[in-house]
Amino acid sequence: MKQFQYQRASTQQGVLEAISKPGTKIIAGGTNLVDHMKHGLIAPDKLVDITHLPLKGITPTKTGLHLGTLALNSVVSEDALVLQKQPLLSMALKAGASPQLRNMATVGGNMMQRTRCTYFYDTTMPCNKREPGTGCGAMEGYNRMHAIFGASAQCIAVHPSDMCVALAALDATVIVVGKKGQRHIPFTEFHRLPDDHPELDNHLAKDEMIIGVDIPDNNFAKNSYYLKVRDRQSYAFALVSVAAALDLSGGTIKKARLAMGGVAHKPWRLFEAEKFMEGKSVTEETFKQAAQIALQGAKAYEYNAFKLKLAPASIVEALKQASGLA
Amino acid sequence: MEKEKNHSRPVEESDVKDNSRRDFLKKSALMTAVALTPVAAAKAAELHIDERIAGAFEKMPLNVEINGVAHNLMVEPRSTLLDILREQLDLTGTKKGCDLGQCGACTVHVDGHRVNSCLTLGIMVNGKKVTTIEGLAKGNQLHPMQEAFLKHDGFQCGYCTPGQIMSAVACVREGHANSEHEIREYMSGNICRCGAYPNIVNAIQEVKEGGMAI
Ligand SMILES: Cc1cc2nc3c(=O)[nH]c(=O)nc-3n(C[C@H](O)[C@H](O)[C@H](O)COP(=O)(O)OP(=O)(O)OC[C@H]3O[C@@H](n4cnc5c(N)ncnc54)[C@H](O)[C@@H]3O)c2cc1C
Ligand code: SF4
Ligand code: FES
Ligand code: FES
Repeated sequence: MKQFQYQRASTQQGVLEAISKPGTKIIAGGTNLVDHMKHGLIAPDKLVDITHLPLKGITPTKTGLHLGTLALNSVVSEDALVLQKQPLLSMALKAGASPQLRNMATVGGNMMQRTRCTYFYDTTMPCNKREPGTGCGAMEGYNRMHAIFGASAQCIAVHPSDMCVALAALDATVIVVGKKGQRHIPFTEFHRLPDDHPELDNHLAKDEMIIGVDIPDNNFAKNSYYLKVRDRQSYAFALVSVAAALDLSGGTIKKARLAMGGVAHKPWRLFEAEKFMEGKSVTEETFKQAAQIALQGAKAYEYNAFKLKLAPASIVEALKQASGLA
Repeated sequence: MEKEKNHSRPVEESDVKDNSRRDFLKKSALMTAVALTPVAAAKAAELHIDERIAGAFEKMPLNVEINGVAHNLMVEPRSTLLDILREQLDLTGTKKGCDLGQCGACTVHVDGHRVNSCLTLGIMVNGKKVTTIEGLAKGNQLHPMQEAFLKHDGFQCGYCTPGQIMSAVACVREGHANSEHEIREYMSGNICRCGAYPNIVNAIQEVKEGGMAI
């Protein structure tokens, strides 16, 4: 790891000053950044440590719940308010990484974590995300973990987060701050598709920082489920994952929220399938049709064609679990 | 950074050091040229004095309590807690497996919470309390979890064991040892190449069922 300077920030202003200079990166839990630095994917001149800022809180607001960017993944997953109001988020967090890593990982860091594409990690391989213009090692390579939605000719990587899939389903909003003040970004518009710029994972400007996430209150608590399918039972990234949240009235679906992980460059919200389910009755048939709609436009590569079957099956299973049909 | 000072935030010592380091290095080269006679300069070169000065200024103070003992160290910002423990403090009980957060061999407690020391920058535990496997026993009396691992053969080669035990203690303290299933899930951050898992689970269950405060 290259030497770097280290600054312990005690104010938001201090962080913004620091990151306005090129070569400076924010460090929070460090679980992704330090990993990247060890792999030689990035070599910042300076790290600004934000962990001493007062942004750890999980607080109720008039319309929902606010998570400070520094709230630890472990703390959020066990928080009484989160468990009561947004159990889907707790389930997704508990499905991610390991207890030790969740004790370090933060909300903002989790959102900013980069793909686990093995070609991205291997500095001897071409990768448009790591080094724009060099090509995509995965396109013709071993692309078993890769995208089936929204990929481009430049990059077919997926976003690896579990937490983000739940937050996308729950209509959360990201609060960021820059020199010009605060911005609110709908969670589903925070991350981006690769298009012609796979080096960009999201819409956060280089001189902005995340300060937190707001989750609006909803009626999904009773009927939510996070399903994660992976190569081993725990401590592995998703092949596919599904966040399902239903607002039921008797046997009828009043509202539905559905998002997937492991299938796209961003948490993949399935708006069309949601719309289809609203007003329908809770039956396996409804869920199967929703899954079919969800898969429209999906495209597989040489080694990930199994996802075209695994994804709809997982959607049906998650909806069955959420609705109590299972 | 000049601006930050004007915002009257408490200036961290680290900021000042970082800022002045380059200036100092530039000046020190000049000073060396002016002040040292050729003989002294040759001697300095021989002893790598300039490099040592540079080294001192790359390092930053780290005040941390490890296993109940206060340490005032100088560390490079890039040194991980794991490397500081093993190489600077000779606390080699904490193991380096993958060095990438994937195996749990490096698990220690920071302010009572289990973390992967290989992904923790040492400088970031300033002011905190670290407990390693060496800090669990009380003198010659092993910690109940260490006793249970011995009794149940919770290891074969033993390489993952310090991390397993640190994680196991945290698992019980967190209240995540209520069933075999829960133990397996909450111990999943610790990989055992030898596959001692069933015995590890038995050890943890015994400690949990013993109901002792650990
Ligand atoms: C072995 C392993 C397994 C894992 N498994 C999973 C898994 O199954 N599911 C899953 O979801 N995740 C998994 N993870 C990833 C883990 O969740 C992330 O590494 C973690 O959430 C990152 O958070 P952090 O606070 O440590 O971020 P850091 O490493 O500190 O930062 C990551 C990035 O975010 C930026 N950043 C941090 N905070 C801010 C902010 N407030 N504003 C702007 N930028 C910011 C940093 O500059 C950096 O670029 C795994 C990680 C490892 C090492
Ligand atoms: S899929 Fe994206 S991240 Fe992976 S090699 Fe191709 S460009 Fe790089
Ligand atoms: S050495 Fe830290 S997790 Fe493997
Ligand atoms: S005892 Fe050998 S790795 Fe666990």
